[in-house]
Amino acid sequence: MTDRTDTVTTNGQTGAPLWLLGELTYRCPLQCSYCSNPLDFAAVKEELDTEEWIDTLTQARAMGAVQLGFSGGEPLVRRDLETLVAEARRLGFYSNLITSGLGLDESRIEALREAGLDHIQISLQASDPDVAAAVAGSRKAHEKKLAMARAVKAAGYPMVLNVVLHRHNIDRLDHIIALCDELGADAVELANCQLYGWAHLNRAGLLPSAAQLVAAEEITARWRERLAERGRDMQLLFVVPDYYNDRPKACMGGWGSIFMTVAPDGAVLPCHSARMLPMRFPTVRERPLREIWYESEAFNRYRGDAWMSEPCRSCDERHRDVGGCRCQAYLLTGDPAATDPVCDLSPDHHLIEAARREAERDTREVQELTPRNVHESRVFSRT
Amino acid sequence: MREVPIDGRSVCRLRPGWRLQWEETQQRHVLLYPEGMVQLNDTAGAILAQRDGQRDVDAVIAILQAHYPEAPAAAIAVDVHEFMVDAAQQGWIRHD
Repeated sequence: MTDRTDTVTTNGQTGAPLWLLGELTYRCPLQCSYCSNPLDFAAVKEELDTEEWIDTLTQARAMGAVQLGFSGGEPLVRRDLETLVAEARRLGFYSNLITSGLGLDESRIEALREAGLDHIQISLQASDPDVAAAVAGSRKAHEKKLAMARAVKAAGYPMVLNVVLHRHNIDRLDHIIALCDELGADAVELANCQLYGWAHLNRAGLLPSAAQLVAAEEITARWRERLAERGRDMQLLFVVPDYYNDRPKACMGGWGSIFMTVAPDGAVLPCHSARMLPMRFPTVRERPLREIWYESEAFNRYRGDAWMSEPCRSCDERHRDVGGCRCQAYLLTGDPAATDPVCDLSPDHHLIEAARREAERDTREVQELTPRNVHESRVFSRT
Repeated sequence: MREVPIDGRSVCRLRPGWRLQWEETQQRHVLLYPEGMVQLNDTAGAILAQRDGQRDVDAVIAILQAHYPEAPAAAIAVDVHEFMVDAAQQGWIRHD
């Protein structure tokens, strides 16, 4: 998810969780190999029910949360989505539905709009049905997505499309943008996949090459010029994979700074990837949300800069990038308190370089990557 | 982008899908849009809160001048006009 509210807490004062991401379910009809859900999602059985979600939303709103994302899995799988949207609107949230489009039809769009949904973002996998099917594991999904993108716009919403880029579709970027243009999109997020969860498992088969990235950025720049010449207002946001940066991203604007995720079983996380870290996160079934955010050991562990080790501890940039991403540090080095290896000052930066080289040698087709599904997830489930 | 200049008769509306809201916990107005938020200062919040979809810029100025009789009326008019032009350039508002 793109977070444009990039304030970083540095004065030791914990601010409010302005952003709440509600992952309503891990169930999803698609099997994208770049999914950021946890590998062991199949171990999560007891989803929060409607009342528990309403209580969670009410608590979060009282704490100052105002931007709300309904995500998953596929949030449309939840039959009570309209009820939750209506409650969110009543509470004063600005609610965003982040969806594959599967499970949507004209009447459900209308019901969601009447319930007060503010925004719908639909994801596309590719410009053509063959690549889309190979990525998502569904032949019918692509046509459905295109139809739903048009229906969302017809219902009066801006059409915001999200295309996750990786080495198997990035060379078709020109066609992808052309498709978005033809659909009448108002904004397109061209987001290179973040390498967490299933995407990390499939990393060598997803990470594009440096040459692919350069070409993609050139295509995007050309499209921006062309769109401007035509007076066409379609914003293109290109997100570079941070494996090709030399400084890490200020992940989530800082741990427990402005962003809070509630997972399908009520686990409260500082981001949607964090549950794979070797620590325990409290759930809304155990403790009030306010207590979890302000007082829990989990949320306080990486706030501020006292937890940092070198080279971050004495670095002038430590408040700009907050040491990068804790999940990435853990996935690559085994130490969640290490400097994010994306940083070229990190003693572990060679791991990023090795990952790039490993990806260059990977010759798998997209359909040979591990699909994100319940069967594969059971392999990683602890129970 | 339309290049119609903003004048006293312009009626300014928030961009479609955007919402202005008073946030009690932040003690300020915010502009909410897809996956983002603009945290407004007191002046910006006061100006945007006076739009109702009908009032033109002159009407918004008149209301604010009545609200803040101690402030120089001419300065309020300039502030409102400059803010509306800036907000339109930022893409926050559209105008007739």
